[in-house]
Amino acid sequence: MAQRLTLEQIAHVARLARLALSEQEMRQMEKHLNNLMAQFERLQELDTTGVEPTAHSFPVYNVFREDVVQPSLPQEEILANAPDQRDGCFTVPIIVEE
Amino acid sequence: MSGLHTLTIHEAYDLLRSGEITSRELTQAVLERIEAVEPKVRAYITLTPELAIQQAEEADRLREAGNGSDVLVGIPLAIKDNLCTRGVLTTCASKILQNFVPPYDAHVVERLRRRSAVFVGKTNMDEFAMGSSTENSAFFVTRNPWNLECVPGGSSGGSAAAVAADMCIASLGSDTGGSIRQPAALCGVVGMKPTYGRVSRYGLVAYASSLDQIGPITKDVTDCAILLNAICGKDHRDSTSVDVPVPDFTAALVPEVKGLRIGVPKEFFAQGVAPEVAEAVYRAIRLLEEMGAIAEETSLPYIEYGLACYYILAPAEASSNLARYDGVKYGWRTQELTGHIDMVEKTRGEGFGAEVKQRIMIGTYALSAGYYDAYYLKAQQVRTLIRRDFDRAFEQYDVLITPTSPTVAFRIGEKADDPLAMKLADVCTIPVNIAGLPALALPCGFQDGLPIGLQIIGKPWDEQTILRVAYAYEQATDWHRKKPAL
Repeated sequence: MAQRLTLEQIAHVARLARLALSEQEMRQMEKHLNNLMAQFERLQELDTTGVEPTAHSFPVYNVFREDVVQPSLPQEEILANAPDQRDGCFTVPIIVEE
Repeated sequence: MSGLHTLTIHEAYDLLRSGEITSRELTQAVLERIEAVEPKVRAYITLTPELAIQQAEEADRLREAGNGSDVLVGIPLAIKDNLCTRGVLTTCASKILQNFVPPYDAHVVERLRRRSAVFVGKTNMDEFAMGSSTENSAFFVTRNPWNLECVPGGSSGGSAAAVAADMCIASLGSDTGGSIRQPAALCGVVGMKPTYGRVSRYGLVAYASSLDQIGPITKDVTDCAILLNAICGKDHRDSTSVDVPVPDFTAALVPEVKGLRIGVPKEFFAQGVAPEVAEAVYRAIRLLEEMGAIAEETSLPYIEYGLACYYILAPAEASSNLARYDGVKYGWRTQELTGHIDMVEKTRGEGFGAEVKQRIMIGTYALSAGYYDAYYLKAQQVRTLIRRDFDRAFEQYDVLITPTSPTVAFRIGEKADDPLAMKLADVCTIPVNIAGLPALALPCGFQDGLPIGLQIIGKPWDEQTILRVAYAYEQATDWHRKKPAL
């Protein structure tokens, strides 16, 4: 599995991550990711057949609370940090052309 | 009275309670100290001096009215800049959040505020808590108060440096792979990561949710117990916080280790640990033995896979957690956009620093179709193996003692171009997060004028035994009284 990530694959991952990278960043990423992947190969040495994965150290199951209305933050406070807003809404560029 | 800024919480409390000083005087002393040394150390991203004086005066009024018996009333604290503070800038040391003013307090901040603590400012860190030196801050590097050419460690470098330089009485940090303990060790102060689930992360900007934990950075072990008392406990807004009884941690401060069983896992003394660091930790263990503890070498064979495991799990979780920064609801938005997806991609490309981008990329790759089993699932299985290593060790021992950091503070820039060397800085702390255990960093010596810290690792939910060992060692030594010359 010791395959190297190509620039093309890295561009695909950047697309998945919604991350615009410059050409220079792409080249740095190629070097960095491949170095790290080589480190990860070490884990393949281990036989983990039948070993349960641990997602959380102390998992808590079925966390319930009463379904009661709580005070929420005022709309203007929530919108105060938005880069752009109008009529009580977050504003984004046009997604669907008319 | 001079030198009030050097006080611990419990020392300040004694003077406040007896009426010898006021919180205003104490806060003023801390602010003057900040004015004097902050230009050299640069521990703070945001300072709130007016707010601090207001809170201090309010605390003094409470005390005069007879309602100020709480140990935290009027104590000036610093808060890491990834903990939300209502009405006060919270940047995570990132360009993408440089203008973010949270409309609410993190749970831990809320608890401290309710107890009338004073907030002097928000401390510098590695961007989104990703790093071990504060060099990844988008704004500036914090310097180690013991040697201004060196890093303070990270990611809670600002919080540790502020405590070491007496620019606050105590502080809060967060720890995902060592981000409280490693800077505490490098700055010669006490830092603790409680058991995963002990402290609600509500309002902590998420990095890697199965590893993140909030904890105190303090001048001594007593203050550590005092702040633990303040922040621990179940909170319904963090569903991973666990409903276990919270003891009075100060009751554990008994200098008694007779019969205590200490495991010394040899793997933590390999992997690039400096001989001076190892020797200082061994000396500390010998001192505890002289006090009646029984120490024994042990082995945790899977520890060597900790780093590889962490650098899959943490970036994978980060890539998901950081998906929320899209330039819509808060934070930076690119100025040049042609459409929605273009806006999101450019916003993130411009707003995140190099280290954050790298971790998002590696995490996205590890979770992408076809690779999940080979990387993420495998890392979770190795996590189980590491956890079992610790479980086995704790059948025989009450605590494990190791170095906190393999070396003392390194020079600014020294490891900046060598990401793997930088990641080795956390080799002794990362396994503890992977297993969700509590651990504390404690000063135990110096090398070339730079502090060395040992690490005491405990059983899940057994912070008390860690505190007892730390307190016993601290009472028998005077490392914690040493101050940097600034």
